[in-house]
Amino acid sequence: MVDVPYDALADAPPAEVAEVELYHPKSWWTQYVFSQDAKVIAIQYSLTATAIGLVALVLSWLMRLQLGFPGTFSFIDANQYLQFITMHGMIMVIYLLTALFLGGFGNYLIPLMVGARDMVFPYVNMLSYWVYLLAVVVLASTFFVPGGPTGAGWTLYPPQAILSGTPGQDWGIILMLVSLILFIIGFTMGGLNYVVTVLQARTRGMTLMRLPLTVWGIFTATVMALLAFPALFVASVMMLFDRVLGTSFFMPALVEMGQQMKYGGGSPILFQHLFWFFGHPEVYIVALPAFGIVSDLISTHARKNIFGYRMMVWAIVGIGALSFVVWAHHMYVSGMHPKFGFFFATTTLIIAIPTAIKVYNWVLTLWRGDIHLTVPMLFALGFIITFVNGGLTGLFLGNVVVDVPLSDTMFVVAHFHMVMGVAPIMVVLGAIYHWYPKVTGRMLDDWLGKFHFWVTFLGAYLIFFPMHYLGLLGIPRRYQDIGEVAFIPPSAHTLNAFITVVALTVGFAQMVFLFNLAWSLFKGRPSGGNPWRATTLEWQTPQTPPGHGNWGKALPVVYRWAYDYSVPGAAQDFIPQNQPPTRAVQGAAP
Amino acid sequence: MSAIVLFMAVIAIIVGWWLSRQRLTAKPWLEEDPIADFPGTGAMTLPAAKIGLGVFLAVAGSLFALFISAYSMRMNMVDWRALPVPRLLWFNTGVLVLSSVALQWGYIAARRSDMDGVAFGLLVGAASAVIFLVGQLLAWQQLRDAGYFLASNPANSFFYLITAAHGLHVMGGLVAVGRTTAKVWRGTEMTQLRLSVELCATYWHFLLLVWLVLLGLLTGWTDDFVGICRQLLN
Repeated sequence: MVDVPYDALADAPPAEVAEVELYHPKSWWTQYVFSQDAKVIAIQYSLTATAIGLVALVLSWLMRLQLGFPGTFSFIDANQYLQFITMHGMIMVIYLLTALFLGGFGNYLIPLMVGARDMVFPYVNMLSYWVYLLAVVVLASTFFVPGGPTGAGWTLYPPQAILSGTPGQDWGIILMLVSLILFIIGFTMGGLNYVVTVLQARTRGMTLMRLPLTVWGIFTATVMALLAFPALFVASVMMLFDRVLGTSFFMPALVEMGQQMKYGGGSPILFQHLFWFFGHPEVYIVALPAFGIVSDLISTHARKNIFGYRMMVWAIVGIGALSFVVWAHHMYVSGMHPKFGFFFATTTLIIAIPTAIKVYNWVLTLWRGDIHLTVPMLFALGFIITFVNGGLTGLFLGNVVVDVPLSDTMFVVAHFHMVMGVAPIMVVLGAIYHWYPKVTGRMLDDWLGKFHFWVTFLGAYLIFFPMHYLGLLGIPRRYQDIGEVAFIPPSAHTLNAFITVVALTVGFAQMVFLFNLAWSLFKGRPSGGNPWRATTLEWQTPQTPPGHGNWGKALPVVYRWAYDYSVPGAAQDFIPQNQPPTRAVQGAAP
Repeated sequence: MSAIVLFMAVIAIIVGWWLSRQRLTAKPWLEEDPIADFPGTGAMTLPAAKIGLGVFLAVAGSLFALFISAYSMRMNMVDWRALPVPRLLWFNTGVLVLSSVALQWGYIAARRSDMDGVAFGLLVGAASAVIFLVGQLLAWQQLRDAGYFLASNPANSFFYLITAAHGLHVMGGLVAVGRTTAKVWRGTEMTQLRLSVELCATYWHFLLLVWLVLLGLLTGWTDDFVGICRQLLN
């Protein structure tokens, strides 16, 4: 008696939704430039996001140079410093992380992981990228306009954002708002695709509860982004009106240089509500795809099924819903009614529950796993630790009484860099090491990858752990020069110089990573179709890199969930999702 | 922010209802015999475009709910002077209702495979939507002539801003109606046309609904309601 595969497909019921005819490019331009293929769009998104992200990285070096060695670099004056922090924050949060997770990974992975040939509205998907590129170009152009980019801080709080004391008041702020509006329009086009593709284009057998958690994370984050970005849209349009047309949505009555301004009666708090109604979900728009991806990385590289899959899905959905009712915890010092503060502190702390469930489940997935310390796994482990660290300081800041003295200090900077800067970037890097073989057909260099991981991971801790201490000392954020103040000991200045040196080193490690990306494209070891021996559908494509239409003649059929690793009795330690079940057949020849 | 929170609650109920039908309590790791119980994907049998429009309406709805939230917060400030709503708006509302009815007519005709009826519905719908937009511009002009400029009071600013946002959505819809009309012109098959007309009609009903809510807000009918909401929050 042996197990033999049989024609399981014959028994499976037909697909519920008919296949849509695929668009075929007719020229080089429509194949590689104005492409409607989600995989090409994904690479376009990723490269554009990385390019503008590099600008933000350089800006962070300049800020660190100024903070570490104040007075040494005369070309960084106070105005420029403010412009650097603004552009660094805005680019990293929106134009890099959001675009990379949803536009980059979303476009590449959703169709492949759900077993579709492409996104459901490929033309709109293509438009999405081009509008995004336009938004990036408008943003980058602010470096070259008179007055330079805006220095209002990434939160763009009025009234200071549009007053003449703030750098970039001429063109910088206008173009920033225009760029944000464009970004949101572009994102909405892409987001409609991601959501409807997950809803409608799943292949036969791919139920929602068989989706890899990566798709769950990206899907939920996209739904949140579609609902939250309109708040930033409304805020941007209204501030643009205030700046250009002289309305007073947000602008109170002001005297500037002894002159009564034309504004009057507006409410800066209204802007803060709108901004953070977008801004807090934004944290989870970045975090949920990271949660999803890291779950898949851990499961694959620990050769073990994900612990508590259902809980993971419920936690993702729960975090997504809760994140819409916590926004005002960013506004404890804005003069809200104290009862509001109590309400928002409560909801903020409640969100720790589903988040903690996820962390426990990752750790329990690792428990007794066959852990392979590959580069993606190293980054995934780095993410868990970093996210826990950043999350714990979040519990501090979520409490009103602790938050009030820590507001606008380096402690806050350290907190959000750990939790939504370093942690998601760890996942981005791990995911690139994980899926690069599928995108290019070649492995990234392992030694360079490990070097990159250790420098980045240890460096991030050397940068941001001391920053918590600086914050507790009371060093404010957004100050170009803290100067000689009694409450700041000289050791704080030494620490600042130390952080700067480490930051430059970590920046250098990213150049090694970029070199690895370029070098491996040509010289990397050929990877084959499934180098990590993973179960999910994207590793089962007939070609690597996947061809146009992804699946050759027939769509795959899914028979199992995404985490059949180390199944007892199976021939290999993984069973792909599309592998038909075997049946014991009596009397078959051995 | 009560309007947007209310809107999000409605979205949450819809999402929750949908999720409750997705067998989220399934234990995929225990599905031992995948063939005997080969699950459906749970995909809806609706066409993708219809679901896409539904998601888009949620996004646009969230946009308008946020405008309404901002409006109701800003109108608390002392400098708010409500502006007289031009009578022309009532005419415009009637025209927009007509537009919506015409597109619904077109959709019913499409279901009966009556090509002339579809063409009639689309043309009347588009024409009355254009009249609506021209009427809105005239209303702006009347306000401007009466001295209610964009920047002179927040109530005016919101009036221009919100009507402009709604008008832009109507213009976007006109592009879709134009493309559908071109399909009629080219003699596209009725089965394909039916979906396009239905999507246009759905979008128009949404725009009409949004407009009625906005009109209630701008004319002050909903002030009492907003007041109650505010009291609840305070």
